[in-house]
Amino acid sequence: MTNELDIFVGNTTLIDEDVYRLWLDGYSVSDAVGLRVRSGILEQTGATAGVLQSDTMDHYRTFHMLERLLHTPPKLLHQLVFQIPPSRQALLIERYYAFDEAFVREVLGKKLSKGTKKDLDNISAKTGVTLKSCRRQFDNFKRVFKVVEEMRGSLAGNIQQHFLLSDRLARDYAAVVFFANNRFETGKKKLQYLTFGDLAFCAELMIQNWTPGAVADSQLDDMDVDLDKEFLQDLKELKVLVADKDLLDLHKSLVCTALRGKLSVFAEMEANFKNLSRGLVNIASKLTHTKDVRDLFVDLVEKFIEPCRSDRWPLNDVRLFLNQYSASVHSLDGFRHQTLWDRYMVTLRSCLLRMYHD
Amino acid sequence: MPGKLKVKIVAGRHLPVMDRASDLTDAFVEVKFGNTTFKTDVYHKSLNPQWNSEWFKFEVDDEDLQDEPLQITVLDHDTYSANDAIGKVYIDIDPLLYSEAATVISGWFPIYDTIHGIRGEINVVVKVDLFNDLNRFRQSSCGVKFFCTTSIPKCYRAVIIHGFVEELVVNEDPEYQWIDRIRTPRASNEARQRLISLMSGELQRKIGLKVLEMRGNAVVGYLQCFDLEGESGLVVRAIGTACTLDKLSSTAAFLPACNSPSKEMKEIPFNEDPNPNTHSSGPSTPLKNQTYSFSPSKSYSRQSSSSDTDLSLTPKTGMGSGSAGKEGGPFKALLRQQTQSALEQREFPFFTLTAFPPGFLVHVGGVVSARSVKLLDRIHNPDEPETRDAWWAEIRQEIKSHAKALGCHAVVGYSESTSICEEVCILSASGTAAVLNPRFLQDGTVEGCLEQRLEENLPAGCGFCHIPYDELNMPFPAHLTYCYSCRKQKVPDVLFTTIDLPADATVIGKGCLIQARLCRLKKKAQAEANATAISNLLPFMEYEVHTQLMNKLKLKGMNALFGLRIQITVGENMLMGLASATGVYLTALPTPGGIQIAGKTPNDGSYEQHISHMQKKINDTIAKNKELYEINPPEIPEEIIGSPIPEPRQRSRLLRSQSESSDEVIELDLSHGKKDAFVLEIDDTDAMEDVHSLLTDVPPPSGFYSCNTEIMPGINNWTSEIQMFTSVRVSRLSNINLTNQTLNKNFNDLCENLLKSLYFKLRSMIPCCLCHVNFTVSLPEDELIQVTVTAVAITFDKHQAVQTTKTQVEKSSQRASIDNEELLQFPLELCTDTLASHPFSSAKEHLESTSSNSGIPAAQRAMPVEKASPLTEGHFRQRSAPACANSTVGVVKMTPLSFIPGAKITKYLGIINMFFIRETTSLREEGGVSGFLHAFIAEVFAMVRAHVAALGGNAVVSYIMKQCVFMENPNKNQAQCLINVSGDAVIFVRESELEIISTQQPIASCQPACSGGEIAT
Repeated sequence: MTNELDIFVGNTTLIDEDVYRLWLDGYSVSDAVGLRVRSGILEQTGATAGVLQSDTMDHYRTFHMLERLLHTPPKLLHQLVFQIPPSRQALLIERYYAFDEAFVREVLGKKLSKGTKKDLDNISAKTGVTLKSCRRQFDNFKRVFKVVEEMRGSLAGNIQQHFLLSDRLARDYAAVVFFANNRFETGKKKLQYLTFGDLAFCAELMIQNWTPGAVADSQLDDMDVDLDKEFLQDLKELKVLVADKDLLDLHKSLVCTALRGKLSVFAEMEANFKNLSRGLVNIASKLTHTKDVRDLFVDLVEKFIEPCRSDRWPLNDVRLFLNQYSASVHSLDGFRHQTLWDRYMVTLRSCLLRMYHD
Repeated sequence: MPGKLKVKIVAGRHLPVMDRASDLTDAFVEVKFGNTTFKTDVYHKSLNPQWNSEWFKFEVDDEDLQDEPLQITVLDHDTYSANDAIGKVYIDIDPLLYSEAATVISGWFPIYDTIHGIRGEINVVVKVDLFNDLNRFRQSSCGVKFFCTTSIPKCYRAVIIHGFVEELVVNEDPEYQWIDRIRTPRASNEARQRLISLMSGELQRKIGLKVLEMRGNAVVGYLQCFDLEGESGLVVRAIGTACTLDKLSSTAAFLPACNSPSKEMKEIPFNEDPNPNTHSSGPSTPLKNQTYSFSPSKSYSRQSSSSDTDLSLTPKTGMGSGSAGKEGGPFKALLRQQTQSALEQREFPFFTLTAFPPGFLVHVGGVVSARSVKLLDRIHNPDEPETRDAWWAEIRQEIKSHAKALGCHAVVGYSESTSICEEVCILSASGTAAVLNPRFLQDGTVEGCLEQRLEENLPAGCGFCHIPYDELNMPFPAHLTYCYSCRKQKVPDVLFTTIDLPADATVIGKGCLIQARLCRLKKKAQAEANATAISNLLPFMEYEVHTQLMNKLKLKGMNALFGLRIQITVGENMLMGLASATGVYLTALPTPGGIQIAGKTPNDGSYEQHISHMQKKINDTIAKNKELYEINPPEIPEEIIGSPIPEPRQRSRLLRSQSESSDEVIELDLSHGKKDAFVLEIDDTDAMEDVHSLLTDVPPPSGFYSCNTEIMPGINNWTSEIQMFTSVRVSRLSNINLTNQTLNKNFNDLCENLLKSLYFKLRSMIPCCLCHVNFTVSLPEDELIQVTVTAVAITFDKHQAVQTTKTQVEKSSQRASIDNEELLQFPLELCTDTLASHPFSSAKEHLESTSSNSGIPAAQRAMPVEKASPLTEGHFRQRSAPACANSTVGVVKMTPLSFIPGAKITKYLGIINMFFIRETTSLREEGGVSGFLHAFIAEVFAMVRAHVAALGGNAVVSYIMKQCVFMENPNKNQAQCLINVSGDAVIFVRESELEIISTQQPIASCQPACSGGEIAT
């Protein structure tokens, strides 16, 4: 005798958090049942495998029905079909939009296109995240991206408003959207050591300082998703810092004077100063090219982080150096772009410090 | 033109995309009532249109107001082709027609389409202006209130309980008016939905008229069902109990006596043996010609050897009371005469109530039931109700005469049902024969009755158990003893009833759900042959169902069943029987004996060994169950019980007579000559199976209890968390070698597994109790069995649950809570309780109780009250504390019970009675049958909640899913389902919130003291 139909419908929709997790993780019903059996639930409750199977199926069906609503979370709040207490609604949404670190690192900065989606099975194989779960996460990224892409106002704020995510998760999504939109390269081998947290940190700073929304008077065009074109154009002006030999020497001597005796790697710094400075300024001046924008993180690592790391700079020395490096520019009389320099360096300095680890 | 209906369409939201090109919709709304239609403007290109229409006004007769639903259709405007329907909303405006219910219907309604399900929501405001009707010949019955609740609703007081009302209307089923090829599913589904809605309205109006004729103003225990007879038509029928209700003013609302119907009946029904006798539903014998005549007198078993169904009751009664009662006798006789006269003029002295005002119920005689097999294609005039009316009249007559045979003049907890398969229809009716207090039944004051109760000085909590029939002329063989509570009157050894456990009944330990499950194969046959086959099977099924119930009851160590409901379902090639009831141990009844197994081949050594092994297992199970359900009745010395009653001891003699054609009378003597043990003879594999199945029923996991009554006996410390649910399973039987045994096993497994799944699913609510567990079985196709369960899980306070020994306190608290009352206002009940329950409180009390069994003077009784009440209050505070925790805005609770734990119902907004059809032609895409039905039931819940919310309510009580007809055709990728639900929309207020309002009790502020908290009837 087989059950052709087997359902349970509560006036308050029953949500089993454990099963929800299994579902989100992309396990099939039979895999989920297997995992639940292994968790020892049968012994705890005295249930049979059949009961577990039926229960799992039922929850999966519920989640499947809820999924349509989860795609537009405000609908979940206003719909009448499933009576779910608000705290549970929040949990459903938050967990649905949560993503795996391993997955996001693979996708971050990639175009959220069909092509990438086709590549998900490779990502799945590489990360050990099930393909189903990869698809959900990818679709979440894409959905959020599409909704907020053209919107004005704070990126994280928009995401929070339209997807009812927690503050933390909304900011993470802002980073994902920002990366996807600017297509920053993050997948290179030398960038592998960077965590999503590092990159999200950088994204947040860039959103705060490098987008049109960052400038107070540009309310009319308050877009958080794109970098401020004008700003990027202006960055070319910084080139003088390395192109003008006198300016470069002066800059170097200012920094060296200030840091003498304070750095354990002073000699290395002194020897490398021009290279490092050239690297940082050239990155800035090339940002008008889309290609170079994409390679921003690669360049930062190649031009600054790797040289320091090979000379075994301690983090504190890097901090002292960067502080002094950006501050000293203010003492360069011939340099007129102090504001521009600060807008660039404040963000860059924080990013570099965050990225400077093994 | 006595009424003006006003409708305003405000807005829509979440509409589906109807125009693929723009991904938007150009929506407008048609508002139709009767033959008048209004339209809103088209709101272009939006999924969230804001129509903000004018008020559409319909000037209509109140007759139409009652019959017609308001029909709102949302459409997508299309310039070039026909407008596409998005979906509809039907609004029953009945709640607006009586003053005390809702005044306006306003809110978001799901837009429903029979093919696509819910497609967005629409915001509607509806009002009715009623003019005074001066027409003497009026056909409407506006103002009569309807309640699904089978007890007197909480904020009302019953002035008079008039009695039975019934009505039945017939129409052609639109489904069968279409030729299959032409019919579009949507058109036919909508026609059916509308028709049933119309018929329900008409039915309600007609019943209302009858109530007005009886000078009543309300129908309580209103149960409406529809029968899909197929080609012979569509029947909508309803039964209910007409009452005159008085609304309690807010202060009065706190009075005990009135608002808690269920709370306390002073004398409770008395039940008896699972005597098949009473259940001798007589399957009618098919006659040569079309209709089956039903002959009640024949189907009855032996006592009614006379074919006179109007057995004169009075003389018998006189004798009975003389011999049975000392003090009780004369009163009984008097009472009976009074009541009888009060009931005599009634055609059917039936009451659909299952719980009663205090003092209403005097004695209970036992379960009475009747069944009849009919052929639908033999109805002469299918469009007219006469034939069906006559069928039901026959059955009711039979019930009435069964009740008389039990010395009862009334039937309570009455219900009717049908099971249809092709052209065969089984009509069933059942109830509990009872003796009622006449004072409620005529124009008189209830107060009088209350007084009388005091005078009567009847023993508390056991009166209902006392036999109403004549001991020397018993309708069936029963084993009588003196009541274990009062020692004065006779009681049977086992009691079966269809009502709820009376609130003042004293029980030991907890109750539990007991089910008997049975299948019988039947040859496929046509017409009369088929009907005959079914008729012949029915008595065997009922007999077996009763044997099973009896065995399981004994196995649990209990002695009474409440809420018994036996459902017999007919299919193409089998009959299914499912009986559910709640077993309890009544203190007034004797301790049940065990079960003894006897083999028929005593010479076989290994067989003997096997038998003794089984016997041991059974004994172990009984012992385990007693522990599990905390059944530990006090040992009562033989001498206190009094002299043994001189009478034959063959109490479990089961007999039953069949259809008139068969002369044989099956008599089974199961008593085996022993006094205390119930003997099972294992003479064939069948019986072996039975024993096995007895032992395979697994008790619920610890922390779980279940019952099918309103309240779980022995638990009263409910907390406020409730979860109503519906679970449906359809199982396919493997076609090979179907035998009765495999069938039984399959069916048993199906039910047991379903229960296990429920326990597992709801494990997070532990400790909790599944209440009002309602199983329905249907056989949609040859090899398919469908089981539908609706119940509510209620959490309770574990700490209190442990102290079950304090029955006294529990009792009173339970009572109080049922009453929604302040305890101290009815000290008398308290003390009687105390009295009755002391055997299991302290040793001292025990002593008292045993010595005082002959009736304690009132003064003495009053003493325990003071003891009890403070304690009880304490309990209330403790347990209601968690109640305040969760009250979320916008949530609509649903429950099959008549109350909300931890809350007080402040207003009844009207009856909810909804019928939906859902169909799909893309079954696989919707997740198969499970996905389809899951979504549909969720949608039905949503629509019920939306209607309640629009009425201004926050809960549905007495919710019931009356029908869930599911049909599938996987080959065509199609499925269809019909669901009918009903309930009472109410507003409830949390006890904790009440506290804040009324600062009567200062202490309460810190520890919310809610008297009615947990049970709140």
